[in-house]
Formats: sequence, C-alpha cells, structure tokens
Amino acid sequence: MIDYFQNRRSQIAYDGFQHVSLVVQCVLLATVIALVLAVLVYRSSFATQVAEGVGAVGLTIPSFALLGLLIAPFGLGVLTSVIAVTFYALLPILRNAVVGLAGVDRSLIESARGIGMSRFRTLWQIEIPLAWPVILNGIRVSTQLVMGIAAVAAYVLGPGLGGYIFEGLSRLGGSGAVPAAAVGTIGVIILAFILDVLLLLLGRLTTSRGLRV
Amino acid sequence: MSETVASTRSAETDSGPVSGAEVILENVGKRYPGQQQPAVGDLSMTINAGEIVMLVGPSGCGKTTTLKMINRLIEPTSGRIMLGGEDIIKANGDELRRRIGYVIQAGGLFPHMTVEANVKLVPNMLGWDKKKTATRTEELLDLVGLDPKVYRSRYPKELSGGQQQRVGVARALAADPPVLLMDEPFGAVDPITRQRLQDELLRIQKELRKTIIIVTHDFDEAVKLGDRIAIFRQGGEIVQYDTPEEILASPADDFVESFVGAGATLRQLTLVRVKDVPLDMPVTARIGEDKQEIARRAMQEGARDVVVVDERNRPLRWVDLRELEGSGKLAAGEDNKLKVIGEGATLNDALDTMLVSSHSSAIVVGRGNQIVGRVNVDIITNAIALLRSARNGANDDLDEMPDHDSSTRPSGARRVTR
Repeated sequence: MIDYFQNRRSQIAYDGFQHVSLVVQCVLLATVIALVLAVLVYRSSFATQVAEGVGAVGLTIPSFALLGLLIAPFGLGVLTSVIAVTFYALLPILRNAVVGLAGVDRSLIESARGIGMSRFRTLWQIEIPLAWPVILNGIRVSTQLVMGIAAVAAYVLGPGLGGYIFEGLSRLGGSGAVPAAAVGTIGVIILAFILDVLLLLLGRLTTSRGLRV
Repeated sequence: MSETVASTRSAETDSGPVSGAEVILENVGKRYPGQQQPAVGDLSMTINAGEIVMLVGPSGCGKTTTLKMINRLIEPTSGRIMLGGEDIIKANGDELRRRIGYVIQAGGLFPHMTVEANVKLVPNMLGWDKKKTATRTEELLDLVGLDPKVYRSRYPKELSGGQQQRVGVARALAADPPVLLMDEPFGAVDPITRQRLQDELLRIQKELRKTIIIVTHDFDEAVKLGDRIAIFRQGGEIVQYDTPEEILASPADDFVESFVGAGATLRQLTLVRVKDVPLDMPVTARIGEDKQEIARRAMQEGARDVVVVDERNRPLRWVDLRELEGSGKLAAGEDNKLKVIGEGATLNDALDTMLVSSHSSAIVVGRGNQIVGRVNVDIITNAIALLRSARNGANDDLDEMPDHDSSTRPSGARRVTR
C-alpha cells in the first residue's frame, strides 16, 4: 500500500491536481450559468418551479448513465467530463440561488428602486450580495457532490483520481487492486475536505460583516 | 410658484430658505388591470414648496399608492405630476428617483453595507467626486444626530431602530433632493423613539425647508408634523386637504370627523372591553403550509394579510399577501414581536396596539395565548358609533360632559411652533 503510493507519488499528485482543477473550473462555470438562470427565473413562480423540478429530476440521473449518454455526441475525454461535472454542479447552485434571491426582503428591493437604483444595479449591488451566503452554500454542496462525480468521469477517460478507482475495481483480487482503489478514494475525500475548508474561508472573506453580526 | 430648485436655493438667507420644490398632481389615477375599483381615482392636489404634507387615511385608501406615484415606483395610469414645473411622467424613472428622497419604514437600509456606504449610494450614482461625497456624508450624519466617527463604519444591525431610521433619512437627503417622500417612516419604532424622531424631523425641516410628503395612519402624527393634511378615503379620494387647525375646527364630513373626533371618544373606548364586541377572525396559516394555498385562502376571504399561528394556535406574526408571492412553503421566519391583547383589554388598548404595531388590526388571544380573533378599525369605528348614539340618546347636550374641551382634541394636537 505504502509502496504503491511511494512509487507513484508524482503521478498521484498530478492526478489529484487535475481532479481539483476539473472540479473547480466546472463549479465556477456552473456558478456563472446558475446565477444567470436564477436571475432569469426567480421572479416568476412558474419558471422557478420548472427550474426546481428540472434540478430535482436532474440529480436523480445516475452519473454513470449520463456519462454513457454523452459519449455518443462528445466522445471520450475531457469535454465529456466537463459537461457532466458542470451539469451536476449546476443543480444545487441553481436551487440555492433561486431560493436566496427570492428570499431577499422585498422592502429592501423597493428601497433600492426608490433611491434610484436601476433593475440591474439593484440585482448586482443588493440582491446578489444579500443572497450570497445562500448561493455560496449551494456552491459548497455542489463542490462536494461533483468531487465524487468527477471520479466517475474517469470512465470516459476524464482527468483526475477516478482512474485509480477504476483501475482497482477492474483488477479486483489482483495485486495492487486495493491500494489503487484506496488511493483514488482517499485522495478524493482528502481533496474534498480541503476544498470545503477553502470555500468556508472564501465565504468568510466574501460575506459582508453586516450579514454576519 | 413653480420656480426651479436651483433658483430657490440660490436665494439663501439666514431664516432657512426653502429648498423644496412644488409638487402638483393633476387628475392622477392608478387603475390596475382586472380590478373594477381604481386604486386611486382622479386625484388633484398641489403641494407647496417647503411644506410638510401628511397623507392620512385607513389602510387600502390609496395614500401609499399616491406617494409612490410621485417618484414613479408606481406608474400612474392617468393624469400628470409636476415637480418644480417639470412633468415627471416624461422623465427617466431611475434618474427621477435619484432626485427625490425616499424613506420607508425602518429606514430600508441595506444590511450588507455600512452606514457610510448606505448614505453614499445616491451621490455615487450621481457621479459625485469622492471628497465631496465624504464631506456630505459627515455633514448628513451630523444633521441627523449621529456622530460620524462612531457610526460611519457600523452596519445597520449594530444600530437601534431609531438610529436606522435616522440613517435612512440621511441617505434620502444625501443628494440634497428638493422633495422627500416618507412611507410610514416612524411606524416601526417604539412610541418614545417615534416622538423623538418626529421632533428631529421638524428640527431638520426648519433648517432645510424641503417639500416633504409623509404617509401615515396616525392622525396625531399628521397633526404634529403636517403643515397640511390630506385625508384619504377608499379609492384614493381626498376628502379634505387643509391645515391641521382647519381640519380640527371644521371637519368636512362624518368620515373626517370620525378621524378627528377620535380624541373625544378615546375616553369612551376605555369603557368597552374587547370581549364585549364582536370580533373578526383573520385568516390563519401554519409554518410549512404551501404559500400559494394560503394566498388563495386569503384571497377568498378578501384579506390582505394572514396570521401565522403555531401548532397550538398561538399567533406568531403577520404575513403580508405580498410575502406569499412565489412558490414553496411558508418559512418559519423571525417573529416580529407580535403585539397581542387579551380579551379583557379595552378597545383603547386595542387601538393603541394597532398604532404601536402599525398594523390595521390587533390580535386578541384567549386562554393559553390562543388566537380568538382580532379587532380592526371597523370594529372600533362601530363601537364608536354605538357609543355616540348611546351618548346622544341619553344625553343630547354634550357640553354636560366634564372637561369636554380637552377631550375633543387629540393629545397630539399641540402644534409645534416653528
């Protein structure tokens, strides 16, 4: 086990970095898309319900199945992984963004409009900052979720630590099978934990003190 | 008098020059599609530059709608509004609102911004340079009685209700607008703070002489603050628009008299207990219920708000219909210190509670703090009518009542000398 790790240290480190890199980039992309979608839907209760419905159904699609379906149009490799990971990352963020934006006190929005802020400025300076803690929570949930899904993305030859897990599983019983699967799994867990701590820190830095006191 | 702001301000003298502008409403109306009754029918009034005008009336009478049409938060569907000689219907809404101060209940401060950032918002939008904005911010905090050094970098949550309200006023005055609109500005603070804030507003007004339009449901407040009072009736109709003295001396009709004459009858209200009058049952809802379902129920009853109760029917808070927009379940929310009265309370207490909680009705609780109903304006008005007829029947000559003189004037009728 130790040997397995020692011998492949630099390769594991590289894959771990790739894994985090995939997740971070996909979550960033998903955050942008989710915010845009949330802004489009949160004022209409019908559109909100549709978004929430799609979100709930989307999460029930097994990641394995989605990856399989994506192979046909997009082939094997990074693009397919990115699409799948971003898709799953999108759902919790979208949901939280809609809830967060809808939860902003109406009187504050009226106050903003009343002092002459435009629709866009109100959204950017008032609504999004006020909803930010809730949105950020969505981002945290999303990050944890897609750390696992990114591992599965190794199935379509995506980057990251998933490769070790599949390697281990495919050689089950053979030598080095357990260490390989363990490296993949434990690696994902450790990196997920580190990312979560970083996001917590980001939350501290980006949430106004006025919302915390 | 339709001179522009700039010209009035240039004529500065020691005696507090008028920096306000005249506001004229000409046949202004607001009709929502699908509603038979217009929110505001056909309203015309002239608000003199430098005066405080109070819009008073029962809830749903269109006074807030009227106020919000002046800065076009609500677009009028007919008529014309002139501000300092300019037809504001043609102006860009956002730019217009930057030129008109706006204060809502509790100040409407943005919780994620410091006091300073809140006050600077409008000057920043207007593109003032940093130095001018900073000086102005200090000036304003001083004006509203908050030490800039202490309060500048505080967040709204670190301030008391009264202090938040003051910052709200400072923010509204930031760009030195000629007109200030206030929507029930002192509704959310306790009576003592409210009185102090009212006094301060008068002090500031003496200095600035803005045109200030205030919506209130508190006639005492209207008498205290207003140079003129406009009394509204359902449908956005002005029943009487005059100085407080004139309204007190010669109310236009029974409706106005019921507003004005409340002082005389207040004492009588102390004699009637809540349990002795027929109560009205508000629409209730529980946490976790579907919002749309609640809204539908409220709509059926024609209610504008519902009472949230816990599993043992104890009232928790009011929820406005507007808060029930959107989908999802009713969240727990924070209980906004719901003021309730017992069945043994007097109608006077009920009225007091209604005024203090700035809600148009007071919730009555029975045994185990369970909700048994509510007292609303109608119930009190009916009680007053009954008292009147009983009194008139038993004793035609009102002058025989002891200290009649002082009881016909509301306590707030003492005019503040300016």
